[in-house]
Amino acid sequence: MDILSNTVALSRMQFALTAIFHMLWPVLTTGMGIYLVIVEGMWLKTRNPDYYHHARFWSKLYVLNFGIGVASGIPMEFQFGTNWAPFSEAVGDFFGSILGFEASMAFMLEAGFLGIMLFGWGRVHPIVHYFATIMVAFGANLSTVWILVANSWLQTPAGGEMVNGKFVVTDYFQAIMNPFALNSILHMFFATLETSLFVIGGISAWYILNKRNEAFFSKSLKIAIATAIAVAPLQIFIGHLSAEQVYHYQPTKLAAIEAKWETSAAGESADWTLLALPNEKAQKNDWEIKIPNGLGYVLEFKQKLSEPVLGLKEWKPEDRPRMVGLIYYCFRIMSGIGFFFVGLMLFSTIQWMRGKLSAENISSQPWLMRAWILAAPLGYIAVESGWIVRCVGRQPWVLYGQIRTADGVSNIPASNVLTSLSFFAIIYSFLFVCALYFGSRIIRKGPNLNLSVPGLGNQPAIETELAEHIPDQRPVEAQQ
Amino acid sequence: MQALEHFLPQVWFIILGLFLLLYVMLDGFDLGVGILSLTASDDERRGILMTSLGNVWDANETWLVLMGGALFGAFPLAYGTILTALYIPICMMLFGLIFRAVAFEFREHSNRKLFWNYAFGAGSFLAALAQGFALGAVLEGIAVDEAGHFVGTTWDWLDWRSILVALTLVQGYVLIGSTYLIMKTDGELQTNHYRTAKIAAVTTLIGAILITIATPVFYESTRARLFDKPLVYVFAAIPVLGLLLVGLLLRSLEQKQERTPFVWTIMIFLLSFIGLGLIVFPYIIPTQLTIYQAAAAPSALVFMIVFIGFLIPIMIFYNIYNYVVFRGKVAGGHYGE
Repeated sequence: MDILSNTVALSRMQFALTAIFHMLWPVLTTGMGIYLVIVEGMWLKTRNPDYYHHARFWSKLYVLNFGIGVASGIPMEFQFGTNWAPFSEAVGDFFGSILGFEASMAFMLEAGFLGIMLFGWGRVHPIVHYFATIMVAFGANLSTVWILVANSWLQTPAGGEMVNGKFVVTDYFQAIMNPFALNSILHMFFATLETSLFVIGGISAWYILNKRNEAFFSKSLKIAIATAIAVAPLQIFIGHLSAEQVYHYQPTKLAAIEAKWETSAAGESADWTLLALPNEKAQKNDWEIKIPNGLGYVLEFKQKLSEPVLGLKEWKPEDRPRMVGLIYYCFRIMSGIGFFFVGLMLFSTIQWMRGKLSAENISSQPWLMRAWILAAPLGYIAVESGWIVRCVGRQPWVLYGQIRTADGVSNIPASNVLTSLSFFAIIYSFLFVCALYFGSRIIRKGPNLNLSVPGLGNQPAIETELAEHIPDQRPVEAQQ
Repeated sequence: MQALEHFLPQVWFIILGLFLLLYVMLDGFDLGVGILSLTASDDERRGILMTSLGNVWDANETWLVLMGGALFGAFPLAYGTILTALYIPICMMLFGLIFRAVAFEFREHSNRKLFWNYAFGAGSFLAALAQGFALGAVLEGIAVDEAGHFVGTTWDWLDWRSILVALTLVQGYVLIGSTYLIMKTDGELQTNHYRTAKIAAVTTLIGAILITIATPVFYESTRARLFDKPLVYVFAAIPVLGLLLVGLLLRSLEQKQERTPFVWTIMIFLLSFIGLGLIVFPYIIPTQLTIYQAAAAPSALVFMIVFIGFLIPIMIFYNIYNYVVFRGKVAGGHYGE
């Protein structure tokens, strides 16, 4: 089968490519929105101008990511119609409605208040501004809720049944509260928050390591650490709950995640492979590092399995996911990063409690700062890996167990899709390079601490004239 | 029950019409300003043009996302068929919108402002043109089988009539963009846009007249509908009202009024919309697929009315609030900082 003349394969590639790139931007803005609510709230409470400058500085990165997120996100919605028309027709009653809710409840809220959040300082009362910031964060996170409801429903369809090739919904609330929905929403909510915290912490650590505004950025680093204390362990726990659900509801995916070819019956114990090289042709792993009797502990914290774990061989090749190695390793990358985050958070907390993170001592912790810088991109990698497991692992189904991906594709010539795919690949790569370039430019330039702080309470707002920005005048090498 | 099955799709036809109207008016002036920025003489002016949109463009574009979602949910069949048939114009629009959107932030931080100016202008133009092609193609009808699935070919959407619609829509966007800028700017920049508004008003009018003549002459199905009583009186009134509104618009431009040109332009858009809606109804793909055939199950339509319907006034309210906060002229290339 020549992939270049296969509309299904090309449409899948296009959706995967646009989704993988698009994901990079909203992941940050969704979590950072909450961070902005925290710092602006601390400013309103303590009136310490540092928090005001934090709000202003990080919102620059916020809006850069938001703009690219909007631009790269619109094609996601339209692709359901252009490339997946039969799928859209079959599931429109529920899936389409949910995308409509996302736009009206969440996206519009975020977009409608973003202007005030960014440009409204000095135009509206600080409390109104804070309200706008909260609405932006709330809208972004509500987007997560609806998108995850829609995607979870593809994983565990509920609330109706297929009649003549169309999903007829009988109970919309059951469809919304489908088995995967709650855990998936929480898992993604914490994923965006965790990614953003480690990005903010990592950037702060970079400034501290380079001895720029150490006291100022030790504040944002500490907020990141303090929030991570709650988020990082919880994320591991929710991730585990999600995996338990996969075990129960999506046996094909679980088999791929564990690269398990042979079935283990209920009431028995089974080995768990830490690493393996799956071979799909031979239907076995070429080599593997096993933990004897480990699978029960990994899945249920006990030795014996309470449900059978089906091996991939239980299904015909066309009824189970391909690219087992990809699913297998993406899952391990995601989990590994999750544990690394917990470790980094624990170590940072200990150092904090020992007083090593005070403004005077913090620059004596170069290795801790380097670890945080290293952690900055890891959240993205974990999120992307998790989504690859989730969606590649769902194959060959677009609606798990109900509609095959190959049956959902539009009647369009492959050449059209190849052309659009090529354009998307070029444009999105270009956006990615630009995002890195302009993002690092904002970071190198640093915060503008000369912005006048708006008045609070009954004081009139101070005119926010364009404050003079004092550029970084050190030689270029020192700025890097 | 029969009445309900007719009533719900009609409600959604009107809601979708509202979303489309809001999108075409609001993002219409965004895209119009973008196209006009290609003609701005220096960088400071382009900065002012982009600043005038800085706080509103993303909310305006969201009406498109909302319309897409609502069309998907309320008329899934039409959603799939129309977007598949319009594969190329939709992709053109998406690429155009991408460049338009990222230009705002990238230009701000870039040393090569000229590149991002052109990305902004060209992206706006491409998006506007593609939307015109899409509109033209849908009005002409799309080749479908009995089940309502697209059976045409890749380039069906392109012919002289969709080109005419596309060019007219671009003119319309330039017109509403010009009148928006008359409100938001002053001095020489404002004077310029009194001129561009006049030119665009005339070219839009010519386009509209050509489309109005072409529709009954070349398309039998619409001809029958246009001369159907009692609608014929409405269809006779629309061109007359349209001419009247263009006259009022030109007069307000002549008198250098600041806000009324925008209001008249909105009225012209509204009138064209009502005309289009009446021609299209009860079809969602004219003369091929009715809204009743394409509609989702009644329960889905009720579900969506409950969740989206009550939000419409709230969304409109906070969007208006956003405009109120940022009322007045744009000074310099910056809003806040």
